[in-house]
Amino acid sequence: MADFDVIVVGAGVAGCTAAYKLASEGLEVLLVERASEPGSKNLSGGIFYGRVLPDLIPGFYDEAPIERRITRNVIAFTREGDAFNIDYSNRSYAGEGGEPANGFSVLRAKLDMWLAEKAEEAGASLVPGICVEDFVTEGGVVKGIVAVGEEMTADCVIVADGINSKLTEKLGQRSGFGFHDMGVGVKYLYSLPEEVINDRFRCVSGEGVAYGIMGDVSEGIPGGGFLYTNQDTVSVGLVVHVDHLAESGKRPYDVLDHMVSNPEIAKLLEGAELVEYGAHMVAEGGAANLPASICGDGWMIVGDAAGFAANNGFTVRGMDFAAMSGLLAAEAAIEAKARGDWSKAALASYQQKVDASFIKKDMDTYSDAPSFMKDERVYDELVGMICSIFEGVYKQDGTPKRNMLSILLDAVKGSGLKFVQLGKLGLKAVRNL
Amino acid sequence: MMTIEERLALDKYEVDEESHIALDQAACAQCLHKYCLTVCPAKVYTQSEGQDAISVSHVACLECGTCIVACQGGGLTWNYPTGSMGVVYRYA
Repeated sequence: MADFDVIVVGAGVAGCTAAYKLASEGLEVLLVERASEPGSKNLSGGIFYGRVLPDLIPGFYDEAPIERRITRNVIAFTREGDAFNIDYSNRSYAGEGGEPANGFSVLRAKLDMWLAEKAEEAGASLVPGICVEDFVTEGGVVKGIVAVGEEMTADCVIVADGINSKLTEKLGQRSGFGFHDMGVGVKYLYSLPEEVINDRFRCVSGEGVAYGIMGDVSEGIPGGGFLYTNQDTVSVGLVVHVDHLAESGKRPYDVLDHMVSNPEIAKLLEGAELVEYGAHMVAEGGAANLPASICGDGWMIVGDAAGFAANNGFTVRGMDFAAMSGLLAAEAAIEAKARGDWSKAALASYQQKVDASFIKKDMDTYSDAPSFMKDERVYDELVGMICSIFEGVYKQDGTPKRNMLSILLDAVKGSGLKFVQLGKLGLKAVRNL
Repeated sequence: MMTIEERLALDKYEVDEESHIALDQAACAQCLHKYCLTVCPAKVYTQSEGQDAISVSHVACLECGTCIVACQGGGLTWNYPTGSMGVVYRYA
């Protein structure tokens, strides 16, 4: 007889969601976390999209420590001295009449702690401050975990130990990520009074804005910036491809400093106090980041550990995939418990559920986004051209005005891109993003 | 602009006496790239002028894993710090 039905390793979004669902259905669950408090090892660089958690946890919006519902999205194309912004607002994104919000900003130290508490309330046993070293196995079947020399047994282990998952390696499902498949995110968190954020970002309390920033901010390194408002803090960061960053010889925090010193960004942060600096890996390679298998005899892999993420430049998504994969793994475990069968064949229902969900579908849709996002021409020439067009449209310098077509032709000529290349890039963008 | 050391000082850490990062200096000496010296967001890896050995300041580590992905010479062994040790994000 095992100590638990399921041991979940890692109390992030994926692990907590799995533990909450399992405990709610009456399974005996142990949730282990290496940080002394859930969330304190975790860092997000994007908006929490989707409705998995609001649908799963009753009273989510009344209780959950969400920062602001994102009702305004801005794409900023920046150069040294000018910027072109696309500014899209949608009132319904706040969620009305019982509808969930489209997306909201979160601070992980608060959110993950709350999720872990919900899992505990539902009946899961939370043990923080313990780093899991290995599995207990019998004839290739996972039977539990080893932590600080102690063995704890379970019919199934859900691996939710994050992007640098040591347990996925122990299972032989991945031996490190590829040099060309990963981004590194560096982030500053600034403190700014709630009322100042409301005025500066033109939003009301409880609602906020998220920026995607492209162009010279990343100093020619494929990648982009983000900025989003929390209740009384602002998160600002940059995600760049590790291979290009390495080859550039630049330091990630120097590139981030370059970004926040851009006047367009700096004016949003005026008077704000820097309170935290952090970094996190981002799986950018799509299918290349997936483990050989996400389930086997007595185990399943969820969230960042499974490489579930999608970045198309407009939205950087990972947390909604984490919550969904945690939920689907829990459903597969509940079925396995009912049948008393925890074999690879039984847990293959987790793989099927993932394939039928938005996780697989969205990762497929954006499967070629990484190649587009790594095209250096996007960052310098294309963004420069967009800015040049509008510079020409608005500029009044006493010389006779030219028509739009003439400005457009000049902007393309000045960009170094040929019309054919431009057409190809545009087509690639609409296909892949 | 703040230095990287000043920025890291904003973060809270539980200092693990034991290092979770080990380098095989012989392998690192052969490495033509030494990307770890620049890609690390916490400037954990440094090399003094005229010195071959790479110094590791594991206490500053943000546990992001960039060095693992960037390492081309095979000299790096990276594990998690002991349970409850290392960086403690208060917001993130």
